[in-house]
Amino acid sequence: MTTAISVSGLVKTFGPTRALDGLDLTVRSGEVHGFLGPNGSGKSTTIRVLLGLLRADAGEVRLLGGDPWTDATELHRRLAYVPGAVSLWPNLSGGEVIDLLGRLRGGLNPKRRTELLERFDLDPTKKGRAYSKGNRQKVALVAALASDVELLILDEPTSGLDPLMEAVFKDCVREEHERGRTVLLSSHILAEVESLCERVSIIRLGRTVETGTLTELRHLTRTSISAELAGVPDRLGEHPGVHDLHVEGHRVRFDVETAELDPVLRELTRVGVRGLVSQPPTLEELFLRHYEEASR
Amino acid sequence: MTTTTALPTPARVGSGGWRTGFTGTTALLRLALRRDRVLATCWILVFVAMAAGSAAASQGVYPTQQARVRAASAINDTPAMVALYGRVFDPTSLGAVSLIKLGAFGAALVALVAIFSVVRHTRGEEEAGRLELVGAAVVGRYSALTAALLLAIGTSIVLALLTALSLVGAGLPADGALAFGLSWAGAGVAFAAIGALAAQVTESARTANGIGAAVLAVAYLLRATGDVTGVDDSTWPSWLSPIGWAQQVRPFAGDRWWVLVNLLVFAALVAAAAYALVARRDHGAGLVAARPGRAAAQPRLRSPLALAARLHRGALVGWLVGMALGGLLFGSIASQVGALADTPEAREMIRRLGGERGLTDAFLATELGILGVVVAAYGISAALRMRGEETAGRLEPVLATGVGRLRWAASHVIVALGGAALLLVTVGLGAGFAHGAATENFGEIGRVLAAALVQLPAVWVLTGITVLLVGAAPRLAVLSWAALVLFLLLGQLGSLMRLPGWMIDLSPFGHTPKLPGAELELTPLVSLTLIAAILLTVGLSAFRRRDIG
Repeated sequence: MTTAISVSGLVKTFGPTRALDGLDLTVRSGEVHGFLGPNGSGKSTTIRVLLGLLRADAGEVRLLGGDPWTDATELHRRLAYVPGAVSLWPNLSGGEVIDLLGRLRGGLNPKRRTELLERFDLDPTKKGRAYSKGNRQKVALVAALASDVELLILDEPTSGLDPLMEAVFKDCVREEHERGRTVLLSSHILAEVESLCERVSIIRLGRTVETGTLTELRHLTRTSISAELAGVPDRLGEHPGVHDLHVEGHRVRFDVETAELDPVLRELTRVGVRGLVSQPPTLEELFLRHYEEASR
Repeated sequence: MTTTTALPTPARVGSGGWRTGFTGTTALLRLALRRDRVLATCWILVFVAMAAGSAAASQGVYPTQQARVRAASAINDTPAMVALYGRVFDPTSLGAVSLIKLGAFGAALVALVAIFSVVRHTRGEEEAGRLELVGAAVVGRYSALTAALLLAIGTSIVLALLTALSLVGAGLPADGALAFGLSWAGAGVAFAAIGALAAQVTESARTANGIGAAVLAVAYLLRATGDVTGVDDSTWPSWLSPIGWAQQVRPFAGDRWWVLVNLLVFAALVAAAAYALVARRDHGAGLVAARPGRAAAQPRLRSPLALAARLHRGALVGWLVGMALGGLLFGSIASQVGALADTPEAREMIRRLGGERGLTDAFLATELGILGVVVAAYGISAALRMRGEETAGRLEPVLATGVGRLRWAASHVIVALGGAALLLVTVGLGAGFAHGAATENFGEIGRVLAAALVQLPAVWVLTGITVLLVGAAPRLAVLSWAALVLFLLLGQLGSLMRLPGWMIDLSPFGHTPKLPGAELELTPLVSLTLIAAILLTVGLSAFRRRDIG
C-alpha cells in the first residue's frame, strides 16, 4: 500500500508562535483519514502546508509523491480542497464558482455536478453574497466532489450543514472511498469520524499525540467500573492503571486503562466481587482527555 | 435588468420606532472611535500640517503685496489653474494666495475621506456581517448610520478647529483661518451625507464608495466649469456644487459665512434621504434587489485571467464612464481658455506660452497630468484587489486548483496595467474628440491622445509599487495610497515649500513630459517603464515565495 500523504517532523512558526512543532502524519492511499485536534492545534496550518500555501520551516512533507511547495500546480490537479470557512465572490453565482474551480483544476464531471446539486439541494443561480454559511459550504463541497481527483482534503467540511445534509455528505465520502479515493478529513464531529474514518491522527499544540486505527485507539481509552466487593479494596489505589478511585466502604468506582484491565480485575476478584458494572470506552473520552490536556 | 425596488413598508418601525431607532448610538460611536483612533488622528494631522505648511511657506515666497498680486494673477489668468484650484478672490490677501491650492482641492480630499469613513462604518460593516452581530444587541435601526455621521461630523469639526489654530499660528488672521477650516469641515459634512446615502443604495461597500467618489468628481467638475467660464467671478455651475460652496466661503477674501449654511442644509437634506431609506430597506439589502445569476458558468470563464477580468469588470466600466466624461469636459473647454483671458498680463503670458494655441496646450497638459494621477489611483485599487482576495479567503481555493501563484497574480496585474492604459486612451480620445469638435480640427485627436498616453509610465510605477508591497510586505499594502498622496503633494506643494530638488524628483509624475506643447522626451518615459517593470518583477517573485493568508 502506498502513502498519499507523509509528513514527518513538520515545523511552522509565525513570528514567536510555533504553530507546528514536529508534526507527523501518514495517510495511506485509498483510506479515509480523520484529522483531529482542539481549536488552534494546527490542523488548518498543516493542510495549508500540504497545499503549498505555507512554506514549511523544517521537516519532510510529501504529497502524492511530490513536494507540495515546488510541485504545487501539478499536484493540485490531482486533488480537491474544501476550506473550513468558504468565502465566495459576492457577484458570482454558486454554479459559476463550481464550474470555474472545476475548470481551473482541469475538468469537472458534468453528470456528477448535476447529481450533487440535486443531492445537496443547492440552488446554483444564487449570487455568492446571498448564500447562507451552510450553502456556501455546499458550493465548495459540490465543486470538490464533482471533480475526478485522487485526493480530497476536507477541512471541517460539514460546519454549518444541517443534519440531513451531513448525512448526504457522509454518503458521498463513502462513495468516494469505494471509488478508491483518499480522503483527509479534518473534523470536530466524533460521530462523523467514527462512521467514516479507518484511521485517525490526533494533534495538539502542533504535535501528533495519537495515530492509528480506531480499534487501536480504543485500547488507549479507559473503562469505567463500579463494583460491590466482599472486602475492603486496600491495594487498588496503588495500581498505576487506576484513576479517579472512589471508595465507600465495600463499594468502589474507578476508571481503568484498557491495557491494565486484566491485573485490576484480578485484584477485584482477590477481594471478592458481589456485583460489577463496566462501561466500555468511548472515543469521546479519548478526545476529551487530549483536548483537556491541551487546555491545561 | 429587473430593478424591483425593495421598499417594503417599515414594518418593524412601529409606534415609538423613531426614538428607539437610535438606541446604542453612543456605544457604536465609541466603537467607531476606537477603530479609527489612529487613522483619524493621522489624516487630521496630515491636513493640518498641509495647511500650516503652505501658509508658513508662502510668507517667505510672497513677502510683499506686489508679489502676491503677481502670484494671484498668474493663477487667475491661467484657466488650467482656475479649473484645478479655483480663483484667488482677493489678490492682495496673503491667506487667499497662499491657500489657493488647498481650498477646493483640500476640500475635495476632506470630502473623499468623509465618504470612505461613513461607508466603512455603515455598509462596510453590514456587508462584512459584523453589523448583524452588533444589530442583534440592543441597537436601533438608525444607530449605525447616526454613529457614522456623528463620527464624520466630529472629525470634520476637530479638523476645522485645528486647521484654524495652525493657520493663526502661521501668522494669518483668525477670522479667515476659521472660515477656511469651516469650509473644509462643511465639505466633509456634506459628503459624509452623500456617503450615507450611497451606502443605502447598494449592497457593496466598494460600489458605495464608487458612487460617493463619482458624485464628488461631478461636484468638482461643475465647480471647475463654473470657475473657468466666468470672467471675474464664478458662474452658476459652481453654485450647483458643494465643493463650489466651500470655495465661495472665500476665506481671507471677505469670509462669507452665510455660504456655510448652504452646505449644512444640503447635508441635512441628503442625510434625511439616507434615514428614510434605512427605515425602509432590509438589513444587508440595497435598493436594487439582487438578480439571480447563471446556473452554470459561461465557457470562457475558465482561466485566472477570465476570473480577474470578471471581478474587475464593474469597477472598470464605472471608471471608464467617469474618465470619458472628464476627458470630454476638459477637451471641450480647452480651446476657449485663450478667449477668457483679456487682461494685458494674461495676453503677455499667452504670448510667452506661444499664442492661444500654446495656452490651450498648457491647459490640456495640466488637466491630463491631473487625470493621470486619478488613473494611477485606479491602478492602485485594481492591484490592491489581489490583497483583498487573499484576506477574504478567496485566493486559497483558487491556488488549491491547478493555478500557479504567478499566473494568478499576473492576471490581476494585467488587468491593472491594461485597465489603466484603457482609461488613458479613453481620456485621450474623449478630450481629443471634444477639443477637435470645438476647434473643428479633428487632427487634434492624435496629439491629445498622445498627451494622455505619456502619463502611462508614471501610472504604471504606482501599480508597480502596489504590487511590490502586496508581494513583499502584504500587511503594508495600503501604504501604496500613501505613496500616491505623497507624490501628489510633492508635485503640488514641493516647490512652494522649497523642498530639495531630489525630493520633488521622487514623484514619477514630475518626470512625465508636459504634452501637448512640450517636447516629447523618450528617456524619462523609458526609465519610468523600466522602474515599473523592476517593481513588478520584484513584487511578483516575492509573492511566489511568501506564505499565503
